[in-house]
Amino acid sequence: MITLNKETIAIKREQDVVFFRNRVNEYAEKIKMGLVNKTKLLTAASELVRNMLIYAKEGKVICEIVTISALQTGIRLTFIDNGPGIADIDKAMTDGYTTGKSLGLGLPGAKRLVNIFDVKTVKGKGTTISITKWKNG
Amino acid sequence: MALSIGQLLQKKSKTVLESWINIQLQDDGLKEELLSNQEIRKQSEEFLHSVISILKKEDSQNTESPEFEKAAEILTEISTSRAMQGYTPRETGVFVFGLKEAFLSVLEKEFKDSLVPYADSQKINKLIDALAILTFETFISSREEVILRQTSEISEISTPVIRVWDGILALPIIGTLDSARTQVVMENLLMKIVETESTIAILDISGVPAVDSLVAQHLIKTVSATRLMGAECIISGIRPEIAQTIVHLGIDLANINTKASLAHALRSAFMMLKLEVRKTVEKPKF
Repeated sequence: MITLNKETIAIKREQDVVFFRNRVNEYAEKIKMGLVNKTKLLTAASELVRNMLIYAKEGKVICEIVTISALQTGIRLTFIDNGPGIADIDKAMTDGYTTGKSLGLGLPGAKRLVNIFDVKTVKGKGTTISITKWKNG
Repeated sequence: MALSIGQLLQKKSKTVLESWINIQLQDDGLKEELLSNQEIRKQSEEFLHSVISILKKEDSQNTESPEFEKAAEILTEISTSRAMQGYTPRETGVFVFGLKEAFLSVLEKEFKDSLVPYADSQKINKLIDALAILTFETFISSREEVILRQTSEISEISTPVIRVWDGILALPIIGTLDSARTQVVMENLLMKIVETESTIAILDISGVPAVDSLVAQHLIKTVSATRLMGAECIISGIRPEIAQTIVHLGIDLANINTKASLAHALRSAFMMLKLEVRKTVEKPKF
């Protein structure tokens, strides 16, 4: 996978979510991602960035345009925080499980919305989630 | 006995002022239409005197002396008013840093052949830098104030509840639904339901850019609250891409009455109220 474009966005307040989403939208438009895929990516990004704000209070997101072949480009977003980490990742990935008050669909839902979903979490140290959505597919 | 730096500058304050104003006027970024020559002169003169009075003191680095506070006050006022008028930080910066240049150029002439004593120029440098930092702090905080005020204004004007028919309310939601916003929307809606004795509320989400699980949760809460009030809630404006995303996310909206567009929602509201909209047929005239 080759990275073509890279940008880091800091997330500190709820207002940053809107800015961040607009940036992702711009990236998606730049690579001419379709409307449905774009909406899926934006929704997944929105879920994860909200989780970051709720559980870790702040963090950062690395936005990249990645490519594996001349035909397939996509967007990879890496969410990095230094929050409390996820205690039980298997449980967290099940529908309807939440330690907060939400619907418990954020993580499993985001996974269904993107092509590649990768979580690394260390309890007490923080969580890194990386998602990739291809332009087609 | 040689004069101290403060006294020396006091003596030369006229020259300093002239050269400082010249520096300000020469800067390309200055917006003459916003600030007249006299105003610059007045602001500069006032500030210059307060700075010289700091320099005359022994402890010129003391940021808690009454002299420093006086200068800070003047500077805060200038910086705030410039931020409100839409000045760029550069223009405000030139105001403060120009003074340093003016001081040093006057001192240079004064000392002629020998160099300006290091301690003295350091003193001026440190003082002006401290004041410049203060300028930017106030400049940015007053800008942020403007932004905050606009944010609260936007959230207030963007949640109207419209009575579209007897007993039917419409609520177009534009922008992101966060917790604070949902609270406002719900409050407005419930109040209006009581006020107008409506039995149907249409929530139109065509203006919501992304529907994630949090937004969905807020919508579900609003619908349940409306039902508790004895009114039915229809959610309209679900675009195709949003419908797909909701399904993938696994959000269950099956218990909620949803429609693709506001027109559809209105039609079904009419049906619920057993109302009919018909085209009148004109009777042919003989």
